[in-house]
Amino acid sequence: MTSKNVRVKIGEMKTNAGLIKNLELSVGKVITDNWDEPMGPTPMPHISTLRDWDFRLLNKYKPFYMPDCDLCCLCTYGKCDLTAGKRGACGLNIADQSSRIVLIACCIGATTHNAHARHVVDHLIEVYGRKFPLNVGGLNVKVEAPVTRLITGVKPDTLGDLDDILSYTESQLTHCLSAAHTGQEANNLDFESKAFHAGRMDQIGMEIADLCQISTLGFPKADPEAPLIQMGIGTVDTKKPVIMCIGHNVVPSVGIIDYMKEHKLDDKMEVVGLCCTAIDNTRYYERAKIVGPISWELRFIRGGFADVTVLDEQCVRTDCNIEAERVKSPVIAASEKNCLGYKDRTNDPVDQIVEDLATYKVPGVLILDPEKVGEVAVRVAQRVAPVRKKMSSLPELDQIKELAKKCRHCNLCQRSCPQDLSIEPAVRAAAEGDYSKLADLYEACIGCGRCEEACPVKLEIHSFILKVGEKKMIEEKNFCRSGRGAVQDTEIRSVGGPLVLGEIPGIVALVGCANYPNGGKDVYDIAREFALRRYIVVTSGCSAMSAGSYKNEDGKTLYEEFPGGFEAGGVLNVGSCVSNPHIAGAAIKVASIFAKRNLRGNYEEIADYIHNRVGAVGLAWGAYSQKAASIAAGFWSLGVPVLVGPHGTKYRRMLLGRSDKPENWEVLDARTGETVNVGPAPEHLFQSVETPQEAMVQIAKLCLRPNDTWKGRMGKLTHYIDLHKRHYGVMPPDIHQFVRTPADIPITMKDEITAVLKEHNWKESIIPDPTMIPRLVRKAKE
Amino acid sequence: MSCEPWQCAEIAATKKANPIQKPEIVVAMIKKASRPLLIVGSNVITRQLEGKPVIDFIIDLANASKVQVLATAHIVGEFVKRGYQPAGFMTAMDIGNRIVDPTWMGLDGKGHPDLVMFVGLPYYMESLLLSGLKHFAPDLKTMTLDNTYHPHASWSFPNAGSDVWASNLKVITSKFSEGGN
Repeated sequence: MTSKNVRVKIGEMKTNAGLIKNLELSVGKVITDNWDEPMGPTPMPHISTLRDWDFRLLNKYKPFYMPDCDLCCLCTYGKCDLTAGKRGACGLNIADQSSRIVLIACCIGATTHNAHARHVVDHLIEVYGRKFPLNVGGLNVKVEAPVTRLITGVKPDTLGDLDDILSYTESQLTHCLSAAHTGQEANNLDFESKAFHAGRMDQIGMEIADLCQISTLGFPKADPEAPLIQMGIGTVDTKKPVIMCIGHNVVPSVGIIDYMKEHKLDDKMEVVGLCCTAIDNTRYYERAKIVGPISWELRFIRGGFADVTVLDEQCVRTDCNIEAERVKSPVIAASEKNCLGYKDRTNDPVDQIVEDLATYKVPGVLILDPEKVGEVAVRVAQRVAPVRKKMSSLPELDQIKELAKKCRHCNLCQRSCPQDLSIEPAVRAAAEGDYSKLADLYEACIGCGRCEEACPVKLEIHSFILKVGEKKMIEEKNFCRSGRGAVQDTEIRSVGGPLVLGEIPGIVALVGCANYPNGGKDVYDIAREFALRRYIVVTSGCSAMSAGSYKNEDGKTLYEEFPGGFEAGGVLNVGSCVSNPHIAGAAIKVASIFAKRNLRGNYEEIADYIHNRVGAVGLAWGAYSQKAASIAAGFWSLGVPVLVGPHGTKYRRMLLGRSDKPENWEVLDARTGETVNVGPAPEHLFQSVETPQEAMVQIAKLCLRPNDTWKGRMGKLTHYIDLHKRHYGVMPPDIHQFVRTPADIPITMKDEITAVLKEHNWKESIIPDPTMIPRLVRKAKE
Repeated sequence: MSCEPWQCAEIAATKKANPIQKPEIVVAMIKKASRPLLIVGSNVITRQLEGKPVIDFIIDLANASKVQVLATAHIVGEFVKRGYQPAGFMTAMDIGNRIVDPTWMGLDGKGHPDLVMFVGLPYYMESLLLSGLKHFAPDLKTMTLDNTYHPHASWSFPNAGSDVWASNLKVITSKFSEGGN
């Protein structure tokens, strides 16, 4: 694809068709077509182009709103009370306002990923040039950018192509966000459709960010055997100078690692990371270490392990600098989106910056040149490490005992804790020298520090918990597989058939952040359960870390226990947040490579295919961010169900099917055009679940698809019923809705299920070639 | 007893729950209702009162009041294990979504509930569900039987300790046991 401005002006031209006068054509870009697939109906969709498709999904999975606030305070007419159907001064009611908030959240998330992509692409073009070829897996990955190809109709070849595609997503996101202005969009479903569109743009932005860094920085390229990376605070050699990188953007870390390597310091220092930067660091440098997920930022900083703290962008605690200053860990802010009030020292001499930080003349600096970040970080870490001696801000146990005596027992700590943890009794016991209850909180605490903010006597309760859990903390030694990136085309060819026929029961993607209701062990348990059942288990981001943070009875982490391929029983970490489109991409490639559906600008057909055939489910057990919302939106619009943990209710809107309304579950049989009732499969598009047990049962159920063969359906039902009986103690009440023919019934449960079917007056139905799009009738091509 | 939201930031705006000053109000509300429904969440297994899980108190209350019980999450088995068969079970989101549909005819198909009570869901989840019902089922009465104040309900007990909670649940149960329903 090339970018040019072309203007054609014709004064007068006689043709066979007639006379043309004063024709003027203006073309912003000329696309050099490098892809022989015919263009589909919706290349580069605008905000309303895919509205019909969105509405099909939104009418099947209607929004259920749970407003977090009764008011709207976005304009000066307000605050407007929207309680129970009242309309505000602008005319919006609470359903419209709730969906507007969803759109705003998705726009924040999508612009964040796109801005990330923009920064990385611009930087890499500067370093490698616009013509640098994209390569995410060599000959194993010919469909290098399935999401981008599907949505835009463009096949990107070079870094420069990514720049052009980002111009498109940026314009779309501007339109999406503008719709949230007062007096623009007015209907809740239209807000929702625009949120879906933001999700589509989000998927492109993330895909581009990962494509360009995989192509240029030597990350694993679709590698099922990407290296195992040391993870946990216990893996960090704290005798060495330690540089800690927090955030999502690998570029500053590359500067650090390159400088270390150039100066042969790579075995004399530690580079560790928190959140997605950690994962991407290890994709660049195998010896980088992962400390843990987002929720461990305070844990690591207060523990004093970091000699220098480098902050880039996204999900960085905005008080990291304050915390780092307390333990005399100089801070380098490395992103223009997160300047922290520090003076911009980008153009100052390195020696001067190093001197100022190492002598604590300034607590932190802003440096927007990644190479300079690298040199400054390394040299400052070398200087301050012997002086700091890993200075910690955690109190000693006897200090905790004395401080705890100041507790007023007001319970504001627990009332401010997102987990509702029993903090006051733990502090009360600590005052008596019994630290066991504080220790019990270590695993479930998500490290937000709200307890401390609420405490009227300013007890540093989170530090108490960390100190008491310190032994456990420094013994944490696990493995996470480095992010492998894309799924190979050959892997898709191997599993496409079994997946679509239902013989591989599904793809379970454990993604997102670490706002878990009871610690990260749930993620491990869920991942292992489905890997053992030979689902394909995919991880990314903080969930990928949590999945690797526990061991089986043989002392093996999940990534050591299961293969890293996209295969039945595989557990594969695709990478950081921006790697999530590899999961969507795998589903898209099933439609494209296995089923040979045209991909190019053909969004509706491919989404319809995935929704009805590919049993994929996303679980964001600890989702907290707006980025998680936009990531989910990208999956919703593809028709892929997403589950969130109980904190996910705070997204304030679910997309729920009604299994008790048979009319909601009709599809067209593409072979005949007849309407067929396929039952509630999948039942929901977005749902919050309360417990890990419930999550497991729902995952198994949400993998059901109308296209399942009898053999596939039998296998999927076996898992659903087995998990239901194990965790709920009873048979599922809705089996009759999922059995289409007697052959669907799991053999070992035949008598039991036959009795249920009889009770519900069950009738046999056909297995259609399912579609929700009338124009696809008699056009099925697989 | 405090009528502040249990989780400090869960503040409602213009429509706040009436405080239940004594458990007899719950008894009266249930008796007045034609189709009361009690939604029971997963915390009734993990929370203890007087050395017993809260679910034991709820089963006593349900048996005495004959109110329909719906179990959320995975806890239906915990009821069954204790010899009590709830009227239904489904996810908390599913039941919320059904309740806001005025055409939904209840778990038994005989009519929409006119009083929906909650107990034992994670606080924030219950709070959001109650908000959803406040806005989208405005004619419905909602009530919580927890010991934490929920401003989005129509009626809620104020924040209180475990002893008060246990006592309230026992009083409600005893009033039904004594007087029939």
